[in-house]
Amino acid sequence: MALQSRYENIELAEHLLGEVGRDCDVDEETLYWIGMALREALANAIKHGNKLSAAKRVFVEIEAAPQDRVTIAVEDEGEGFDPSRLEDPTSPQNLLRSSGRGVFYMKSFMDEVRFLPGERGGTRIELVKRLAAGRV
Amino acid sequence: MKSTVKDVGDVRVISLDGKITIGAGDVQMRSLVESALADGRTKILLDLKDVTHIDSSGIGEMVGCYTTVARRGGAMKLLNLPPKINDILQVTQLITVFDVFDNEAEALASFPR
Repeated sequence: MALQSRYENIELAEHLLGEVGRDCDVDEETLYWIGMALREALANAIKHGNKLSAAKRVFVEIEAAPQDRVTIAVEDEGEGFDPSRLEDPTSPQNLLRSSGRGVFYMKSFMDEVRFLPGERGGTRIELVKRLAAGRV
Repeated sequence: MKSTVKDVGDVRVISLDGKITIGAGDVQMRSLVESALADGRTKILLDLKDVTHIDSSGIGEMVGCYTTVARRGGAMKLLNLPPKINDILQVTQLITVFDVFDNEAEALASFPR
C-alpha cells in the first residue's frame, strides 16, 4: 500500500491492519498494541522521513501468519535516519521532554524493531509481533 | 477527538473522548489547555475516561501542557485513566510525573485552595 504523507492516512493503515489481523484470528488486545506501533512507524515516516511533503509517499506492507506472527514494514522517501542517536525517553533528564518517544513506543509494543536503509533512499522500519502460539 | 469543558469552582475540567494522536487530538488538547490558561484557569483536570488511544505525540503534548501549566504556577492532573492509557503511562514512566485520580471529587479537592 502506498500512502500520501498525511496524518489522516494513519487511520487507513490501521484499518488495514485490523482487516488482516482479524482474518488471521489475531486477538483484539494484540491488534491494539500492534496498531499503536504501526501508528508510530507511520507518524515517523510522514513527519521525520518525508517531512509532510505531498510529493513523497509512505509504503506499508502488513502480513499476518496465523498463530505465528504479524510483520509490518513502513518505508519513507526521506533522507535516512540514524536510530543510534536516540536518547532514552524514560531517563530522568528526558522524562519531561515533549518528543522522542516514537521509537520507544515501537520497541515497547513489538518483539522486533529494525531500521534499515530503504530502497528509495529513505528509512525502512520492520516490525514483528510474535503471536502467543508462535512465541518461543 | 471530542471534548467537553466545565468549570468546577476554580478548576477547569476538560473531558476528552477518542484519540489523542498526531495531527488531530494532540493539537486539540493543547488548544484546550491554552484556552484554560487564557481564561485565567491554572488548575486543570484532564478526564481521560473515554480516550481510546494516545500516541507518542499525544503523550508529548500532555507533558508539554503539564510543564506549561506548572510554569504558570498552576497544576494539571489526570482523572479516570482507562487501562490501556494507564499501561502507556506506566511504560513511559510518566505515571511518576502526573497526579492521577479515579474519583472526580477527590481530584478536585486535591488542588490547593
